[in-house]
Amino acid sequence: MKDYFALIFTGGKSLIVGMMITLRELFRPVVTVQYPREKLPLSPNYRGHTILIRDEEKPEKHRCISCKMCERECPSNCIDLAGEKREGVKGMVLIKYRLDFTKCSLCGTCVEVCPPNALDFSKVYQHVGFSREDFHYDLLAMVEEDK
Amino acid sequence: MTTMAEKGEHRYILNMGPQHPSTHGVLRVILEMEGEYVMDPQPVLGYGHRMHEKMAESRPWPNFLPNAARMDYLSALIYNHGYVGVVERLAGIEATPRAEYIRVITSELNRLQSHLLWLGVLVLDLGAFTPIMYTFEDREKILDILEDVTGSRLTYCYMRVGGVVRDIDDKFVERTREYISWQRSRMPMYDKLVTGNIIFRKRIEKIGEFNPDMARRYGLTGPVLRGTGIPYDIRRAEPYSVYPEFDFEIPTETTGDCMAAYLVRVREIEQSLRILEQALDKLPAGPAMAKVPKKLKLPAGDACYAVESPRGELVYHLTGDGSDTPYRMKIRVPSFSNLSLLPELCRGMLLSDLCACMGSLDLVIPEIDR
Amino acid sequence: MSTVMNTGFLPLELLRIIFALICAIVIVFGNAVVMGYLERKLAGRFQRRPGPMEVGWHGILQLAVDGVKLVGKQLIIPKQTDRVLYRLAPIISFAPAIMPMVVIPFAPKLQGRDFDIGLIFILAVVAINVLAILIAGWSSNNKYSLLGAMRSVAQNVAYEIPMLLTLLSVILVTGTFSLRGIVEAQSGGAWFIFFMPVAFLIFFAATLAETNRAPFDLPEAESELTAGFMTEFSGMGFSLFFMAEYTYMFIACSLTVILFLGGWSGPPLPYGEYTSALWFFAKVYALLLTMIWIRWTFPRVRFDQLLNFCWKYLVPFSLVHLLVTAVVLKL
Repeated sequence: MKDYFALIFTGGKSLIVGMMITLRELFRPVVTVQYPREKLPLSPNYRGHTILIRDEEKPEKHRCISCKMCERECPSNCIDLAGEKREGVKGMVLIKYRLDFTKCSLCGTCVEVCPPNALDFSKVYQHVGFSREDFHYDLLAMVEEDK
Repeated sequence: MTTMAEKGEHRYILNMGPQHPSTHGVLRVILEMEGEYVMDPQPVLGYGHRMHEKMAESRPWPNFLPNAARMDYLSALIYNHGYVGVVERLAGIEATPRAEYIRVITSELNRLQSHLLWLGVLVLDLGAFTPIMYTFEDREKILDILEDVTGSRLTYCYMRVGGVVRDIDDKFVERTREYISWQRSRMPMYDKLVTGNIIFRKRIEKIGEFNPDMARRYGLTGPVLRGTGIPYDIRRAEPYSVYPEFDFEIPTETTGDCMAAYLVRVREIEQSLRILEQALDKLPAGPAMAKVPKKLKLPAGDACYAVESPRGELVYHLTGDGSDTPYRMKIRVPSFSNLSLLPELCRGMLLSDLCACMGSLDLVIPEIDR
Repeated sequence: MSTVMNTGFLPLELLRIIFALICAIVIVFGNAVVMGYLERKLAGRFQRRPGPMEVGWHGILQLAVDGVKLVGKQLIIPKQTDRVLYRLAPIISFAPAIMPMVVIPFAPKLQGRDFDIGLIFILAVVAINVLAILIAGWSSNNKYSLLGAMRSVAQNVAYEIPMLLTLLSVILVTGTFSLRGIVEAQSGGAWFIFFMPVAFLIFFAATLAETNRAPFDLPEAESELTAGFMTEFSGMGFSLFFMAEYTYMFIACSLTVILFLGGWSGPPLPYGEYTSALWFFAKVYALLLTMIWIRWTFPRVRFDQLLNFCWKYLVPFSLVHLLVTAVVLKL
């Protein structure tokens, strides 16, 4: 009988304590933001899809030497690049660098193995498209467009 | 239905999952019910099978690194740690001391966020919506810290053989210290809102009780096992990395019910915070990446590396044959063993208790299916 | 409403009832909209979220948009359902929800019709909801729905007992089943909550269970039964259940206000015969907000605990309470 009333008392008290906590939270400011109206600052180390770093000193505006290290090391086989030999230019010239972002797992292996450090992560996190092909990024075109 | 009727039993089959709010993923449990009582629960696995082990055997070993994070999305860094650990052990490479400390710090942060998510989800399974939002508020802080150093928020690919990708800086240390004090200040609130709540206690106390013997038979590990009073934690039982240098306790409870698993996990949050504090204090200087040959071949032989994931013992077993592709890879995941207990544990239980039980086992389905 | 009008072609009483019914429907829909918005907004604020924010100022038009969406949705009738019952269930649930509005006294002169047995009338009409839930669960041909329905029936039957026993305590004091009579018995601030707080708590707990609100929301129990008896319903079928739930909450809170919180009584207002409905609504919404507050704080109880709570705590306490009330009255 004593336990019976003790349980009512402790139980009731715990319920009131719980309700007081939620009541206190009710009057505190909200912690979420209204994406996409507000956006939180992105960490500088965020890893989006890979891009070719723009280098103004190079004639091609990028540092890629078409060594195909990234293509070989990629765990998901999502990089497709090609270079060609041109008259009067030392080494290979990059003519195609396609990244299949649907397969990429953003592990960063390509960025690490790149001998001339030509690759980096972008800060893009909003990817929208209507077909798979929309996510086949042409990194070479991107670096050329990026004036 | 007809077969049941033919047997003369008033039983029926309730198909719980693969889409059900409290199976947390693509787990399907076929329940043989009698009224509201679960007479025979049979888990059906494999909806999320992606043959991770076979993938490891078919490609050079570095290509498995991103896969490790995809098995258990809640403790990706710990899975990272296990994989680089086993490769290092097989190849005889030592990570730098600083890298080991960074691994421990990020692993413990990862464990904390996993426990916080579990805390919210367990209470959500029991019908309270609000605590999960509070735990997410804490969890976001960890994810922000980890995003800053690893570059991603959930499926990290941060650790490499010989060290880690990116060194941590003073900002990271400062933010982590801030987080530790914040989390400490939040724990009394959870104590009052969740642990002390009479409805919550009545829902999980004396539910799903099992003894150490049963735990041994099924190979249970992790907080569920420690809830029965066995202080088995890989961080102490089979120390790896720099864990022996830290002073922390292995929380245990004796009752072996859902409440015990709950209390163990909540107390582990505090222990993880203690490890974090000590690791940040002792953090040595030096490089975060050791000198590793560019083309590392796995020597012929076996290696085994066990780590303590938030759900229990995670073991990587790697066999090399002298090439850069593993000959055989076996991953022992904790959730698989923990789930195998379910049919015996939940026989004769109410449907509501089954949800509580599955919540307290803290299952991550992609980890089970691999 | 009782003002004399010379209508000539229609009997006055009929006109009055028609007007009262229109008012009742307005209250039902208005309450559903207000409660839908409040519930979502408060749920958000309890969880440190802003809640609906996009449609209108602070999401105030969210419910209108949702209403349009629900009306526009296809009414999916799964195969092998009992089609007639499946279509009937939401209607059976919603239709009786309007009737009690006619007898609820919002203010001294704002009452559709005062029955001598108003209280019994409300209880009788509201009890039809259980039937609707059972029909919904049965006709859906879904085991989760059926489990939810079975739970609902057991729960409602069990909780009617403490509810009626506490009602009896009040009736012993007032000596009338007329809702107006009960309110008038509490005039002058002599609210029954001050004399019998235990009865108030028991009654409030029982109403939570009767209206299937958390922590007694077992018929829905989304983490166990996905959505309980509503699992298979879509579009307006679902939204009728949804509105019915809010209306039953409103009725339950109105009853609590009438029985324990003095109905319309409060500080005097100009034209108090009509405007004191403000006090009535203020009290009702205070109780409704408490219901929301409770829902977003507690976990759900288990089924056997629910019944234990009723039989072990509520029923004995209400019986003792009834006895004490009777003894006190006799002395």
